[in-house]
Amino acid sequence: MTAWLVRRLGQATLTFAAVAGLLFVLMRVAPGDPLARLTDERPIAPAERARLRALFGLDQPLTRQLASFASAAARGDFGVSIEYYPVRVGHLVAARLPPSLLLGGAVLLVNFSLGVWLGVLQARRRGSGLDRWLTRLAIAGYAMPSFWLGLVLVSLFAIRWRLLPAAQMTDPLLSAEAGLLARGIDVVRHLVLPTVTLSVVTIAATMRYQRTAMLEALRRDFVRAARARGLSERRVIWRHAWRNALFPVLTLLGLWVPILVSGSVFVESVFNWPGLGSLAASAIATRDYPVLMATALLVSAAVLLGGVLTDLGYRWLDPRTRAA
Amino acid sequence: MIGPFRRTFARAWADPSGRGGLITLGALAAAAIIAPWWLPDPAAMPDLAAGATPPSVAHLFGTDQLSRDVLARVAHGGRVSLGIAGLAVALSLTLGTAVGLVAGYLGGTVDALLMRVVDAALAIPRLFILLLLLVVWEQIPIPALIAAIGATGWFATSRLVRGDVLRLRQEGFVQAATALGAHGHRTVLRHLLPNALGVILVSATLGIGEVILLEAGLSFLGVGVRPPTPSWGGMILDARNQLTTAPWLFLFPGLAILLTVLAVNLVSDALRAAFDPRSA
Repeated sequence: MTAWLVRRLGQATLTFAAVAGLLFVLMRVAPGDPLARLTDERPIAPAERARLRALFGLDQPLTRQLASFASAAARGDFGVSIEYYPVRVGHLVAARLPPSLLLGGAVLLVNFSLGVWLGVLQARRRGSGLDRWLTRLAIAGYAMPSFWLGLVLVSLFAIRWRLLPAAQMTDPLLSAEAGLLARGIDVVRHLVLPTVTLSVVTIAATMRYQRTAMLEALRRDFVRAARARGLSERRVIWRHAWRNALFPVLTLLGLWVPILVSGSVFVESVFNWPGLGSLAASAIATRDYPVLMATALLVSAAVLLGGVLTDLGYRWLDPRTRAA
Repeated sequence: MIGPFRRTFARAWADPSGRGGLITLGALAAAAIIAPWWLPDPAAMPDLAAGATPPSVAHLFGTDQLSRDVLARVAHGGRVSLGIAGLAVALSLTLGTAVGLVAGYLGGTVDALLMRVVDAALAIPRLFILLLLLVVWEQIPIPALIAAIGATGWFATSRLVRGDVLRLRQEGFVQAATALGAHGHRTVLRHLLPNALGVILVSATLGIGEVILLEAGLSFLGVGVRPPTPSWGGMILDARNQLTTAPWLFLFPGLAILLTVLAVNLVSDALRAAFDPRSA
């Protein structure tokens, strides 16, 4: 197991190196001057322009740039932000990570628990009106642009009915001596709309996978055997069938990371959630490419790690895959 | 080869969701195509002083702050969105099919190398690849946008096609063709490609919905279709600070995206079920 894990992690590290190279090439083949933001909007002396180019390493040959980028990135140094110059990108990213993890965790929780439950329900009532309509609703959610759904929810729940906050993670007017409970409730209230938005647009995949896997499991002999032994329906469904149908859903974990992260760029920007997604969105507006580069690298690392965790889960749950 | 495909399409058409999706999609595409003949010029600003007006008989979807007709802009945005999606997906499919066929048929080092590149590319969410590519590009022309979206969408398709080719190579008819002395390119084009078409087709319809959402998202972030060309995502971006004063400005483009992508996904779902009846 350990040997396997070391090999798998080594493989992921190699892929990550390829990712970094790919991103670097992408950035440099894209037409346009990365420093346009700093140099276009004000008159700037050629000497100053040259100094800036040297500062961001743009005067070096491409191979040298790649080498210094790679060695810096390996040390976790992503350079200096153009917009927030001279703040280091690492600082910006570190401050934005916890809110993103909180939102991502909340979405995963809702997505997984509700998606699994609905998928099982659909499989049990296969072919019924309920099954068909749940499928259609899930597909409709999947077809919605997340930023648009977010705006719809804001205009209804925050502006029209004034039930929930429209933006940010905390209420700036909350008094400084508010207790831990009040603060917690405040964050949860801010969390509701972004979580609902991201869950609605992502839940279809979970439901579909769970439904398919459950249908497969319900056909198996051990389910018939469990029924024949007179076990309660609930026990048959959850203890016998579902345990075997949970497995394919785990594959989704690897798929979720990119979907969630991409979705959060839009949703965080609509709700002004102080996470990585809105950092990326504002970096787009200000053309702050070192920040974008760092978020892209971080996201890719998360995707690769998600893949390793999925494989690990497989091996742990299904001994047959250990031979491979 | 026509026979089984006709049966598959008949099965997809028999599915009410698939039929509904196809009819909706056809109607939307027709409305978008004939937009210049039945709607006012989307760039016309007949009454700047009036500003944004709510939906009325004269302007079914209302007008925006520049007094432009929102319905005309949504329809023209549809031309742009559907055009970009269709061409970008065609490009992705061509690239993905070519790489998948080559990797699966040649195997060995070529296959290993291509699949390592695909592995790396698949680890970066497509949105981020596009953002990095587009962010420093000030005024991107639409053909370049299509090329960028198309060139970043073939990775998963190449994997699917490669898998199908590997499976098909073991089948008797392909081995028989090789044994009878068929050349490499003949085996690929006459035997492997037609049989992988099912996989390619399903991947195409799925890709169209994805690309419509992606393009809308890019335009919403300000790096996709640039104004004054109308696009659904761009219209929602413009309407963002008039959520309460002029809700029709962001509702209609969003509904257009939802309806189009929903229709495409229903068709894709029906096709997938028709190709693989067990999963329904």
